[in-house]
Amino acid sequence: MSAVTDYLTRQFRGAGDPAVAAAWDTAAAVENTGGTPNQALDERMGFFTDTSICIGCKACEVACKEWNRNPEDGYVLTGHSYDNTGELNADTWRHVAFVEQSGERIAAARESGRKLVDLGMPSLRPSDDVSGQASNVGPVTLEDEPADDAAAIRAAGGSTQYATDAPSVLDPGAGPGPEAGLSVGDESLAGVNVLDIVETDHGVMPTSLHAAQDFRWLMSSDVCKHCTHAGCLDNCPTGALFRTEFGTVVVQADVCNGCGYCVGGCPFGVIQRREKTAEVNHGNAQKCTLCYDRLKEGQTPACAQTCPTTSIKFGTHAEMVKIAEERVAQLHAQGMTEARLYGANSGDGVGGTGSVFLLLDEPEVYGLPPDPVAPTRHLGASYKKMLMAAGGMAAAAAVAFVGGGVA
Amino acid sequence: MSVNSLDAYRDPEIPRSQRRGGRGGGRRRRPSDWLNDRREGRGERALVPDAEFTSYYGRPVIKAVPWGPQIPTYLFFGGLAGGSQLLATGAHLTGNEPLRRVTRLTTAVAVAVSGAALVEDLGRPERFYNMLRVMKLSSPMSVGTWIFSAFSGGAMPLAALEVLRMLPLERSGAVTGLVGTFDRAVAAVHDATDAVDASPAWLTRQARIATRRGLGLRANSALVDVEKLLALGEPAFIGLGASMAPPLATYTAVLLSNTATPTWHEARAHLPFVFAGSASAAASGNAMMWTPVSHAGAARALAVIGSSVDLAVLNRLEKHLDAEGVGEPLHHGTPGKLNRASMALNAAGLVGTLTLARRSRVASVLSGACFVAGSACTRFAIFGAGMASAKDPKYTMEPQRRRLDARGGTDNITTGPRLTADDAPRTADGRRPLPGPDGKPANL
Repeated sequence: MSAVTDYLTRQFRGAGDPAVAAAWDTAAAVENTGGTPNQALDERMGFFTDTSICIGCKACEVACKEWNRNPEDGYVLTGHSYDNTGELNADTWRHVAFVEQSGERIAAARESGRKLVDLGMPSLRPSDDVSGQASNVGPVTLEDEPADDAAAIRAAGGSTQYATDAPSVLDPGAGPGPEAGLSVGDESLAGVNVLDIVETDHGVMPTSLHAAQDFRWLMSSDVCKHCTHAGCLDNCPTGALFRTEFGTVVVQADVCNGCGYCVGGCPFGVIQRREKTAEVNHGNAQKCTLCYDRLKEGQTPACAQTCPTTSIKFGTHAEMVKIAEERVAQLHAQGMTEARLYGANSGDGVGGTGSVFLLLDEPEVYGLPPDPVAPTRHLGASYKKMLMAAGGMAAAAAVAFVGGGVA
Repeated sequence: MSVNSLDAYRDPEIPRSQRRGGRGGGRRRRPSDWLNDRREGRGERALVPDAEFTSYYGRPVIKAVPWGPQIPTYLFFGGLAGGSQLLATGAHLTGNEPLRRVTRLTTAVAVAVSGAALVEDLGRPERFYNMLRVMKLSSPMSVGTWIFSAFSGGAMPLAALEVLRMLPLERSGAVTGLVGTFDRAVAAVHDATDAVDASPAWLTRQARIATRRGLGLRANSALVDVEKLLALGEPAFIGLGASMAPPLATYTAVLLSNTATPTWHEARAHLPFVFAGSASAAASGNAMMWTPVSHAGAARALAVIGSSVDLAVLNRLEKHLDAEGVGEPLHHGTPGKLNRASMALNAAGLVGTLTLARRSRVASVLSGACFVAGSACTRFAIFGAGMASAKDPKYTMEPQRRRLDARGGTDNITTGPRLTADDAPRTADGRRPLPGPDGKPANL
């Protein structure tokens, strides 16, 4: 009986952790990591894709195709900026999106990102600390006029700390010498740390560089989210999709019978069934495996390994979220309030994603759903409605025979 | 477009939709395309000024399920099977033999068509049995597989029993029916040849005749045995079939609604009732077509109830979907036409059943055909509307953005910074390097 109860609990767990929902061996994980179950679950592996330092080189796409031996999916020019890949699909498991934006749109993105903080996202710091010293520059800045970040930071008393003499690449007149705020050869060059802020007397605000921007390219390497509550995994009727020992979601191509139901289960449009005429794994559902084969050998997934700017980072989920949160805080402090995280909240419709992203605009701009929900979240209610309808149907038949009779 | 002498060597232009093997075929290039935008008017405009939602070059956000017309065909036949089995159970209990026979045979045919359609639609049909190795409540398709299997296990023996009962088998001592006729023919040949000669050829022929006669008798007795066995298990088969019939007719609604497909997912509260009504109407309509008017009373009654529910709930569903901003696909294009046709056919069948079908066999057949066709239209309309809603990012983005705005700042997938800047680690010179394990950038 307890086996039945266990089964039902697992099947209808709802919000919770992915490993337990998928009957992952938490006990073994605890043993391996020496932590509590919750800590062990943080050990699941994932990506953090920091789009603010993506240069759109598509090396991740190539490395993915090469490693996984994925076929080409059409040599087509889309006319959509530099994106001739188009989408994630059965043959493409990394996809670099390119978006070209005007100054107005940048301002709008900055404003929408600012609101994310104004909405009172949980902070590690008590809010009454806001008016204090320079220590809390980020949030203070956010409450001021968007067009005047510099003044805002000054007003917050943080001007000395957050002033910068970083030169503007776009507007060379804005700052002093080109090397002033840069550290060539340092790891900081790998990111927007070109914009890093150092203590100076100049009082040039960190946002000066961005404020001058009237055009930008957004580049983002999209990938399977490896959801905590994975719609594809829930929907799979054969057990071909499974939760690995790394907490990722993987298709077993030799078990999948190509029913296509996982495709409908994915709220991100990631997984797809390969054409029945394909040469390899024809008619099978295919998606990113987070390089399951490489992970088993203790290696880094191909895309993360090849990424030349460390835009794609790989590690345990807890570590990825930590890095992501530090990074978004850093960008906000630099005035890039358009920065936001996608997938780092375990309270969202899919229980948080294994692949966390740092975006520089609304998710819609990148073709990501703004509020994805694993369809299974409503499955219990749907089953109830189904039972009601089935009962109604049986009752209607009974009434028909009693009322309609033989004649 | 420029032309030069080398053009003759080029491959012919293929529309983009075909180059990708039909994936996402007919994809529209929207006017919201950023590049088009720049070309049309003044630059420096919002990304998608002429649409109420933002999307990535108008591409679909989610993928439509890769299902062909086999699936709506199954939705219809599965419903027909479930409804027919319910009618068969009622007919059995009320001793209505013509109705029972028609509905049991219909069930078997519908089950056969359903199974074939389902397997045919798989990407790897040869691996269909993999579904029978797993039972997962989180997957309505897995649940449905088992409902369908159990249902077939009840319905198919009942249909076989019905066929056996229709055969003129020799069931008692007296030699009658099919075998009797055969026996008499053999005996006549025997008599005719008996007096002729006693040559080896004659003996051989006699042996052959005897063998044939034995085969006939053995076949007869085997069939009678099977019939007796099935008749013995009849109550169990009826129980299995009847208990699985309503779930079979309604689980498909959960199957559709447990997807990210906007129109289906949003229909989750209504769809089971639409499908229950539609299945009842289809099965009853079919029974009205093949049963004498005098024995189709219950079918008419169930048809009236079923089609009324179908009409009423479908109407409410449309209103609900419209309110949620995902109703358009059910109004436009082919799904829209099918939806309207379904309503018209159901209404026509309803009028016919309530007026003339009680007296006229012709009216009964016509009304029944209306219900059957109406049910098929409902299934194809719902299916098509969902597919259309998946292919247009509007139906994914707009409702999600609306509910996000309505909900406010919690439980969102997009979050701002939780940490303040000073929580970020610093190096000795006061700079904040790109964070990573050990203070070094990851992967280096």
